Amino acid sequence: MKPIITAKDLCLWYGQSQALKNIDIAIPEQSITALIGPSGCGKSTFLKTLNRMNDLIPGVKITGTVEYNGQSIFDQDVNLLRKEVGMVFQKPNPFPMSIYDNVAYGPRTHGIRDRKRLDEIVERSLRDAAIWDEVKDRLKKNALGLSGGQQQRLCIARALAVQPRVLLMDEPTSALDPISTLKIEELAAKLKDKYTIVIVTHNMQQALRISDHTAFFLLGELVEYGDTDQIFTNPADQRTNDYVTGRFG
Amino acid sequence: MISNRRKLYVWTVRILMVLATALTGLLTLFLVGYVLLRGIPNITWELLSTSPSYLADRVGILPDILNTIYIIIATLVIVLPLGVGAAVYLTEYASNRRLVGIIEYAAEALSGIPSIIYGLVGMLLFSNNMGTSLMAGALTLVIMNLPVIMRNTQESLKTVPQAYREGAFGLGAGKWRVIRTVVMPGCVDGVVTGCILSVGRILGESAALLFTAGFAHVANGLWEGLHSAGATLTVALYVYAKEQGEFEVAFAIAAILLALSLLINLSATMVTKKYQRRNQ
Repeated sequence: MKPIITAKDLCLWYGQSQALKNIDIAIPEQSITALIGPSGCGKSTFLKTLNRMNDLIPGVKITGTVEYNGQSIFDQDVNLLRKEVGMVFQKPNPFPMSIYDNVAYGPRTHGIRDRKRLDEIVERSLRDAAIWDEVKDRLKKNALGLSGGQQQRLCIARALAVQPRVLLMDEPTSALDPISTLKIEELAAKLKDKYTIVIVTHNMQQALRISDHTAFFLLGELVEYGDTDQIFTNPADQRTNDYVTGRFG
Repeated sequence: MISNRRKLYVWTVRILMVLATALTGLLTLFLVGYVLLRGIPNITWELLSTSPSYLADRVGILPDILNTIYIIIATLVIVLPLGVGAAVYLTEYASNRRLVGIIEYAAEALSGIPSIIYGLVGMLLFSNNMGTSLMAGALTLVIMNLPVIMRNTQESLKTVPQAYREGAFGLGAGKWRVIRTVVMPGCVDGVVTGCILSVGRILGESAALLFTAGFAHVANGLWEGLHSAGATLTVALYVYAKEQGEFEVAFAIAAILLALSLLINLSATMVTKKYQRRNQ
């Protein structure tokens, strides 16, 4: 499969401390790639580099290249990049406005004002995020009134509304109960027909259940990257083996 | 067993504390009661609705009420964009944390300066150039209230969760759009609180206005009023009591001011409460 995102020799520093060391990776289109590893291993940092969310943190220095769609992400307009490479955060973060306005926020940002088109986008996004039936009668209600799991699916709908090609998910289920987690996992599996998903997870069962490829990070290095089955059943690196069999982490 | 000496000590301290509490309460009650009792009977429709006239031998505080309203409007119209703008810049844009710290410290210090010093500076800066006028007074009050509006807005900007900003940036929104649509709506309460506190300070201000806005009691329209000298209620209170010996009028004004201050404190508390509830 054709890679949609490639990183070459990517290094990242927060001030003096190096968080990513010479990362080389090619993420294939329309698949789910899981990033696993113990806390502080750099997997979230790597994820946030892909849509340049690290730009918001002062004192970050990046070397090496990251290409999206064959072009360096650092040469692209950052707002257009983030439109193409959307993000779902660890804690559900709907805006304190109505469900409708939450989903319409992205399209409005990118210049869509037409009421009918917005209605269509909102409905389509909420259906894609498998939450339409639960909220269709209360689109005008404040999104903060939804449960945690619903809020997270709303945030997925909000990200889908700008029609991204890639969806970055930063431990999207770590704040959710098991049933909501299952729903998000099902959703991710369904979404990969249309989107490329990169998901950071602490839960190795989750990585095994939903991902096609897995990347194992340790202390800022990408230790091993390959098909999920291979990583979990026949890892090439001893450290990967120790981690996936639960010996540390 | 507790020794008798110790018992005596505990009881003495307790009685002293009760006395202190009672004294504080009584003083407040006495002050409010005294002003209201002496003031309210003197509040008449004629007092509120006329200008003073020597020919008709009549005292009216309509001009002072109007002046107070004008000066509040003029001050807020100027101070709001300045204060809110500065707060947004300092919180959302400025990258030099040390400089921001210094400015914040200066703003805090500014609010502790005796108001008569603002009056002196305002007189030299504004009144000497544009004449003693409500506008000169309003500009002086702008300097005094800038820190109030700025700090309140800043504090409430800081309570807007970073996750909202990240969410909006993550959708490809630019900096200004994020501020306008996600950050600003979250700080309205802070701006409102700042405004209410400012109105309270403007109502209560006398020293700075004696220097800059003058003592005239002429009822004008807004525009003309701003460009002529005029006393606010608080200044009029001083003038009537100290220079004309009209204590009935002075107490009537005092009662009105007292009621307004209570109202303002109440609404500030209500806004703050509402906003704390929302942030929980």
